Amino acid sequence: MDVAAQRPDLLSTPGAIVGAVAVGGALGALARYGLEAAWPSPSGHFPWATFVINVTGCFLMGILMTFITEIRQVHPLVRPFLGVGVLGGYTTFSTYSGDVHKLVADGDARTALAYLAGTLLAALVAVYAGVLLTRVTAGRFKTTSGRHAS
Amino acid sequence: MTVLLVLLGGAVGAPLRYLTDRFVQSRQKTAFPWGTFTVNIIGSLVLGFLLEGSLLHHVSGTFSTLLGTGFCGALTTYSTFGYDTIKLFQTKLHAFAVLYVTASITGGLGAAFCGIAIADAVWP
Repeated sequence: MDVAAQRPDLLSTPGAIVGAVAVGGALGALARYGLEAAWPSPSGHFPWATFVINVTGCFLMGILMTFITEIRQVHPLVRPFLGVGVLGGYTTFSTYSGDVHKLVADGDARTALAYLAGTLLAALVAVYAGVLLTRVTAGRFKTTSGRHAS
Repeated sequence: MTVLLVLLGGAVGAPLRYLTDRFVQSRQKTAFPWGTFTVNIIGSLVLGFLLEGSLLHHVSGTFSTLLGTGFCGALTTYSTFGYDTIKLFQTKLHAFAVLYVTASITGGLGAAFCGIAIADAVWP
């Protein structure tokens, strides 16, 4: 994310931003660990926990970024904390790469391919769904408040 | 104990992703998200190394949790990867979007493989 270019005000307090990212990242990583521990996938099986983590994280990122950039201005630490920290720490690319590789190495090429393509497609659809949902909801709110005003 | 290791790894990995992204993005002017690409490749390499190391009984469970689940998991990200890809599509940079997805996935898999190979070389 090109935070610096879009939000020059963030440059003034890097310490607070790094702190917000660290706390958010720790919480996001913990949520991911909790889900993976509660929903372990046996060797050779589709890694459902990581799939759900990455897809839900993408959906929430679509909502958050659309809200922040198109709907309403928020506190400068919201994006570093929730976006870069919590959602960035919650979702993972390394486990995705590692799991695909492990499935192929163990001879489960079909599961590997389904997981590889399935995560990518579902994640992109989830981001787009989050973006659209936020735009539509915000549009409804505007229409409703407009009616109230008239 | 495990919870603390995950928290600690996440508290270091996420800010390192942020700082790496800032550093890389300040040195390039293209629409390609080089910063996120960089952390995802490096994280995949390190995780490949750790997974293989723990399979070979040279990396302890403590290190796997701290550096694998906590650090690498938080250093890398799928949500920013997904969001940036959709943003590239929405700004009509279709070629960049396809290139970004292809490079990230093939690069991530290649990096994980390299990490495994390095572990095998270190611990034959």
